[in-house]
Amino acid sequence: MGEEEGLHQTPFLDTMFVRGLKRKCFDGEEDIEGTLAGIKAIPSYNLQRQSLLDMSLVKLQLCHMLVEPNLCRSVLIANTVRQIQEEMTQDGTWQMINTQSTGQASLDRLVSTDILCRSSRDHQAEGKHGPAYGTFNKDFESDQAQDNSETMSTASAVQTPRNLQSNVWEMESPQENKGNFQKSLDQIFETLENKSPNTVEDLFSEVDNSYYDLDTMLTGMMSNTKMGHCDSLETFPSPTNTASNSNCKSDLNDLDHIVEILVES
Amino acid sequence: MEGENICEVDSGDGLGADIISTVEFNHTGELLATGDKGGRVVIFQREPESKNEPYNQGEYNVYSTFQSHEPEFDYLKSLEIEEKINKIKWLPQQNAAHSLLSTNDKTIKLWKITERDKRPEGYNLKDEEGKLKDLSTVTSLQVPVLKPMDLMVEVTPRRIFANGHTYHVNSISVNSDCETYMSADDLRINLWHLAITDRSFNIVDIKPANMEDLTEVITASEFHPHHCNLFVYSSSKGSLRLCDMRASALCDKHSKLYEEPEDPSNRSFFSEIISSVSDVKFSHSGRYMLTRDYLTVKVWDLNMETKPVETYQVHDYLRSKLCSLYENDCIFDKFECAWNGSDSVIMTGAYNNFFRMFDRNTKRDVTLEASRESSKPRAILKPRRVCVGGKRRKDDISVDSLDFTKKILHTAWHPTENIIAIAATNNLYIFQDKVNSEMH
Repeated sequence: MGEEEGLHQTPFLDTMFVRGLKRKCFDGEEDIEGTLAGIKAIPSYNLQRQSLLDMSLVKLQLCHMLVEPNLCRSVLIANTVRQIQEEMTQDGTWQMINTQSTGQASLDRLVSTDILCRSSRDHQAEGKHGPAYGTFNKDFESDQAQDNSETMSTASAVQTPRNLQSNVWEMESPQENKGNFQKSLDQIFETLENKSPNTVEDLFSEVDNSYYDLDTMLTGMMSNTKMGHCDSLETFPSPTNTASNSNCKSDLNDLDHIVEILVES
Repeated sequence: MEGENICEVDSGDGLGADIISTVEFNHTGELLATGDKGGRVVIFQREPESKNEPYNQGEYNVYSTFQSHEPEFDYLKSLEIEEKINKIKWLPQQNAAHSLLSTNDKTIKLWKITERDKRPEGYNLKDEEGKLKDLSTVTSLQVPVLKPMDLMVEVTPRRIFANGHTYHVNSISVNSDCETYMSADDLRINLWHLAITDRSFNIVDIKPANMEDLTEVITASEFHPHHCNLFVYSSSKGSLRLCDMRASALCDKHSKLYEEPEDPSNRSFFSEIISSVSDVKFSHSGRYMLTRDYLTVKVWDLNMETKPVETYQVHDYLRSKLCSLYENDCIFDKFECAWNGSDSVIMTGAYNNFFRMFDRNTKRDVTLEASRESSKPRAILKPRRVCVGGKRRKDDISVDSLDFTKKILHTAWHPTENIIAIAATNNLYIFQDKVNSEMH
């Protein structure tokens, strides 16, 4: 993040978020049309909130550096996202995800977030362990009428601008992989605490050293990720943003998953 | 409050490894230790005051420099372990040697600092360079005598406390019993005995069974200065927990919980983030605690859990800029705070190389700047002001002109005198209150 940018990028957002004033929730489309009239008009609260949500998700995605991410920062960002989720739930600003194109676009974001925030260790260890984990899976299954893998392979076609590696999409059951991942990490943490070298040896057999794959994915991802969301609001928001409100729920269902990923990693 | 600069030490070319990451006076104030991002520790020693040169009184000069931690690689997680020194704590001095604990994210080390200022001369069996003498040349015996030599400071690692922490260590604190100390990471606090390195006792564990449920982490912790059974730890949600080790082995249940209810009129998406406590310090008296969150410093009475007894605004003009500060990550900066020796003044850092002092008795506060321009030796510090629009005086700085890359995160106050150490990125400033020093 460019610290040297100082305070100049988000004057509008700052105004909005000063006292946390809750504005009446308007339909997203009307807000856009309203602000279409004047380039200098302050973006709607919903757009502001969405921008904050996007910014937070990007921050979580960028948590994989060479050094372990700062857990406190990650937890605070995740809590912020959760807060936005709760408010959006109360406002009713998000709709149930259906299988339209916007739904699939939101899936893209959901899954790509998954890819980025998760170490690539487990993506080759398929189907080793059974139990699905995380509310991510429960929410996902409850919202989706159809099969997960089916939806994902459809989404991969939409995903082309994002340059994700194809082997990522070959996962049969991402839930199981995550279950394996979490179990491995729990074992790792317990091992570190108990300092018993024997289990460490066992763990090495499950750890996948395809870190370089993650680098490639990240590189591809970064070229497409919008930085400085606050900046984009000062120029006028493009019509594609109207779909962003309906993306909320997928983002927010994704939240628990993200939280787990980021704190595990 | 006037200040007079004693010395400014520029420890490098600002490439990053020289960024000072912690500052700590020892218990007498004679020594001042700094740790940096490159894993080095630099110790300064105060020159004794000399009547011959009254203007050179009490300058701090470099006493010793050593490499405390090296970068490591965690092969299990494929992650680097930074060598940055997160905290230094001095042990109370028990003999001629000085000892301190230094820690990075994972490993705590105990260092012993000794002086050597004499050496024996006049050996019978070896000559001045240490080579064995030809015995045939030895005609008489002499008793070796100790002769003075140039002072040599030796630093040796005496203990290495490793493998105690899965998460990043954010604080260490030596117990008043001088036998144990604790180290805290994001989720756990361990109790160590200074002489035992292969095991530690876990006294706080807030890791949830399901990591998805994690919403709060430990941000700082400290032992009570007098009661060896009491310690406090702060959280990212703005609460303080005072724990009594006599109550149970695992101190997950606090004895007292200090939490201020949220102000509903100030509520925003950033409320939780700015309430996260970045530092907690007991007063010297042990009666109060000082906490720092993003915009304020608060004084808590140990006997009152419902709210702090005093709240001071450090830079409230940032309240309307929180979104920008969230975007550039400044909102996550962890500022420290400090008491003076008599617990009457508290100090903390801010941006633009400003630092703030609050007098608890007079309720007056001052903003000062640590910069090369204003810090010629024996220069008087000029109070600074940040203007928020409205009336603007000459020399005021507007909020939008503040330099957010110049942050004073680490400050320390001499235990008894009005001498403060300010770390500004890779520069160390030491200021002394001139007024007091003139009172004989």
